[in-house]
Amino acid sequence: MDGTPAPRTTQADAEREAVIRVRGLTNRFGPQVVHENLDLDVWRGEVLGVVGGSGTGKSVLMRSIVGLNKPAAGSIEVLGVDVLNGTEADRRRIEKSWGVAFQYGALFSSLTVLQNVLAPMREHLKISERLMQELGELKISLVGLPLTSCSKFPSELSGGMRKRAALARALALDPEIVFLDEPTAGLDPIGAAAYDDLIGELQRALGLTVFMVTHDLDSLYAICDRVAVLAEKRVLVEGPIEDMASVDHPWVREYFTGPRARAASEKGRST
Amino acid sequence: MTSPSLTSEQSAGGQLVRFAGQLLTRSLGSIEAPLARFRAESGDVILDLSDVEALDTGGAWMIADLRRRLEAEGVSVQITGADPARAALIETVSRNMPEELVPEGPPGGFVAWLERLGKGVVGAWTDTLSVLGFLGLTLHRLLRCLIMPWRLRGASLVTQMEETGFKAVPIVALMGFLIGVVLAFQGATQLQQFGAEVFVVELISISVLRELGILLTAIIVAGRSGSAFTASIGSMKVQEELDAMRTLALDPIEVLVVPRILALLIVLPVLGFIADISGLIGGALMSWIDLGVSPGMFVTRLKENTDVWHFAVGMIKAPFFALVIGVIACWQAMQVQGSSESLGRRTTASVVQSIFMVITLDALFSIFFSEMGI
Repeated sequence: MDGTPAPRTTQADAEREAVIRVRGLTNRFGPQVVHENLDLDVWRGEVLGVVGGSGTGKSVLMRSIVGLNKPAAGSIEVLGVDVLNGTEADRRRIEKSWGVAFQYGALFSSLTVLQNVLAPMREHLKISERLMQELGELKISLVGLPLTSCSKFPSELSGGMRKRAALARALALDPEIVFLDEPTAGLDPIGAAAYDDLIGELQRALGLTVFMVTHDLDSLYAICDRVAVLAEKRVLVEGPIEDMASVDHPWVREYFTGPRARAASEKGRST
Repeated sequence: MTSPSLTSEQSAGGQLVRFAGQLLTRSLGSIEAPLARFRAESGDVILDLSDVEALDTGGAWMIADLRRRLEAEGVSVQITGADPARAALIETVSRNMPEELVPEGPPGGFVAWLERLGKGVVGAWTDTLSVLGFLGLTLHRLLRCLIMPWRLRGASLVTQMEETGFKAVPIVALMGFLIGVVLAFQGATQLQQFGAEVFVVELISISVLRELGILLTAIIVAGRSGSAFTASIGSMKVQEELDAMRTLALDPIEVLVVPRILALLIVLPVLGFIADISGLIGGALMSWIDLGVSPGMFVTRLKENTDVWHFAVGMIKAPFFALVIGVIACWQAMQVQGSSESLGRRTTASVVQSIFMVITLDALFSIFFSEMGI
């Protein structure tokens, strides 16, 4: 613990509502320990950027929180529900209140884009077919896809369009929490900036809580309220991005004060 | 959770529509019908959102859609009581509202049926041309590898021979044995009626050696190895590995297809031979148990009365079957497009088509050999 600042606990922290609360999380794959005693809080209405070097278990953390990966130890609470030991009914309730956009989209390949977005609606909403279809098209339009892509199959889309379609499906049920795995990886800078704006706008308008695994420094500066750095098998440090430059850890220093970080920080400040 | 509601009343500024409760996507069902029925009575309409507890894109869509509809009817609409975040959400949604519904799928009916038929016929013709082209390409690469043996991937060839040949021996042998048993058993029942039990030897030897041994082996290999070829090359196609090979000046046909087809050409006759032998053993065993035809007598009658041509006819067919199975499997793999769903469909098609082609080819061979008098 020495050499790294303790997680910032201020008066404000106590008043905020934690929508995700991870305590003592340990993940192991065979002999390889990915997380050990990891603690993390995500507050309602914030955009949290999770960063870390390759293999530090960013995606594993996300998969653990949404219940796709059973951790070796620890507890995970989402919206007050214990993800690991909660009842089936509780789990179904929280599954409807989060949306997950996977790194490569994970769209259903046998369905068109519109059908992909409608799939969760058909299952969980009791509204007319017409309204459902209009809402589906709205979601597709919201994420910046042209309506001509509604009838296309995922294999006919470019990587960037697939990501947008995945976000549209994640937003289908108007979730409270959105998980994004590398949302801007593989997008061109203009597309990535537009995607950041979109996330920011949706987050403000809908009061979304966004859990974003990312490497994109521009995104971190543009929309993230807080950054959590994964290293040494735990959340090494968390806080606003401005505080990161002063952290005394080689990887964090390298990451947040390198030439790309400086450029992104200037860009972030100017907008 | 308060379900959403709306009330309408006349006020000084015009018709006042009050929304209340949670305007959320999951609870929209209860106000969908009242909203669709809503008509502006006179003059201006004011949409009051002050009592709305929660709003998401679904609720915002409802309000934006109502406003658009009323404005299209020439009514001026005002939205009040929305805090800045909600107002921004409604504006965002309005900006992104789809102009009109995109029709789902093409129209049905006779024209669509005719279109599908036409597409099917053209597709069958272009597929045939494409398979023939692929056959030519494969034969060219195969011959080039035989003329220039250093181009041949030896390790890959041996691996494929093990996968498609050696590992298939148990199932092929068992299948042949059981076929022999069944033939002897069924034949015996019929032949006993005429007191012609001893002809069971000819029945077994001719049908197994000439037709069943190799045909059933080919069907098993098509199901076992044909599908494996399509799946393995097809998944490489999905992950752009074939494109990567081309950019590295590696010929996918030479690297992937030739070793597989050559392996099949070598092992299918061997497997057919194993099926023949185990078929004869099964038949002999059953004849001995059921009819009392001793193994010695079985062998004697086999040598005297079964022309070696019956065996040759079976073996001649083996390489052709191998080529058909290999070419169809690899061609199907090359047709895989993008998604893993297409991979599954192509793998199924590969097995069905190669079994069908093997049986068709077998029928053609039958006609050919009987015309030749063999």
